[in-house]
Amino acid sequence: MRKVAIIGVGLTKFGELWDVSLRRLMLEAGARAIEDAGIDGKKIDAMYVGNMSAGQFISQEHIASLIVDHAGLTPIPCTRVEAACASGGSALRQAVITVASGIHDIVVAAGIEKMTDVLAEQTTEALITAADQEWEAFVGATFPGLYALMARRHMYEFGTTEAQLAKVAVKNHHNACFNPCAQYQMEITVEDVLNSAPVTTPLKLLDCSPITDGAACVILAPFDRAREFTDTPILVAGTGQASDTISLHDRPTLTGIAATNKAAELAYKMAGVGPNDIDLAEVHDCFTIAEIMAIEDLGFCKKGDGGKVTERGETAIGGRIPINTSGGLKGKGHPIGATGIAQAVEITQQLRGEAGKRQVNGAEIGLTHNVGGSGGTVVVHIMRRGD
Amino acid sequence: MAVPRFWREISNRYNLIGTKCGNCNKVFFPPRYLCPKCRRIGKLEPYKLNGKGKIISFTVTHVAPNGFEDQAPYALAIIELDEGPRLTAQVTDCDPNQIKIGDRVEMIFRRIGQDGEDGAIYYGYKARLV
Repeated sequence: MRKVAIIGVGLTKFGELWDVSLRRLMLEAGARAIEDAGIDGKKIDAMYVGNMSAGQFISQEHIASLIVDHAGLTPIPCTRVEAACASGGSALRQAVITVASGIHDIVVAAGIEKMTDVLAEQTTEALITAADQEWEAFVGATFPGLYALMARRHMYEFGTTEAQLAKVAVKNHHNACFNPCAQYQMEITVEDVLNSAPVTTPLKLLDCSPITDGAACVILAPFDRAREFTDTPILVAGTGQASDTISLHDRPTLTGIAATNKAAELAYKMAGVGPNDIDLAEVHDCFTIAEIMAIEDLGFCKKGDGGKVTERGETAIGGRIPINTSGGLKGKGHPIGATGIAQAVEITQQLRGEAGKRQVNGAEIGLTHNVGGSGGTVVVHIMRRGD
Repeated sequence: MAVPRFWREISNRYNLIGTKCGNCNKVFFPPRYLCPKCRRIGKLEPYKLNGKGKIISFTVTHVAPNGFEDQAPYALAIIELDEGPRLTAQVTDCDPNQIKIGDRVEMIFRRIGQDGEDGAIYYGYKARLV
């Protein structure tokens, strides 16, 4: 198996982008990644695109064909990968496996979601299709509702408070202020979160990640060819993926995501590192409780301590283990299929020392954590400086 | 949702019929058609649950999905049935703010929703505090 490196990254602005279509958005992220890698687009051998639901959001399926066509890259193979909110992470993993296998050399892993071409209630309806339609959505469950069930149980078992949940949103909005691509470049306070409208108790509007348009792109190459394109190759040191039941109610514990434990274990083992070696991580904070569970399940703190650790500032930039320096899904925005790729873009920029005001000093090893649905799919990647 | 998709689950939803593995005796609701433990040697048969259980976690949903707006705010819970399986259901006939983790419930037959203004009315189970 060959070692794989990230040689180029590109991200669009995240937000409600009324003026751009899916095809133009994808092209923009791709062009930035190609420019970043300093590569001729004709050298690209294959593409993977993470996308949850173009069929529901813009009534367009077969977007792999659409994207490779408009990128002017036909006839190379292009494959869409769907795993709900983990579509991007899954596409990245497929691209990594393809390069590692030796089948292709230069492979693009892209992610995109165009969510604002439908009304907000249609978006909610599209998102709940990531849960079990027959036994969760049918009875009135929403995605915030499923995470609220986890939050309530976490509060019950470990004494986690709504103010601690709010701290996640406050921190991630703060980080997003230093990210020019972020949807929300504005500070919020714990009081703002606590006083925001109830969505599904105990989660309030500002506990939830927003509806976002956006695209992200990374370009991979065999590690031993990476220096043809960049002086700062980023090694994809570990990749791990795990699954669990699609329904939340079928899992023995609600206070963590077991597939995160398993995916992280596989990625740590492959990279030959442990949680204490990680300098920073981008985790899947679709709701504030999700970040608290993620830092526990990834081994950054003891189970149940996620709220306290967050409250003490250990996950802030400058803290013990900075989490979601990009602003995370909460502050940067959550264009579903793009999220897993955007996480890899942030870690790459951090490890290269190109993250500007949100730079984590001396970052050498970073981790990405991408969750599909309420935890039915989890993908974890570990990246390290390759120089 | 097309009518057959609802129709084929009627007996499970109306009568709380899951499945039971004749090999390891584990009960599944919602029904499974392959026992994850016994796999090929599992023998899944229909099994009627008695509908008694307790609340494992709950939320009060204020922002409801399409078709549920007229019911909001409503309580949604994960309930562990006495036979072992867990399901997601609304908790009805009470002030949603009085629900606590650990409360005993029984499952009852209720209207769940409707497929648009002139579509089929869906029935199924909700929980009631006992």
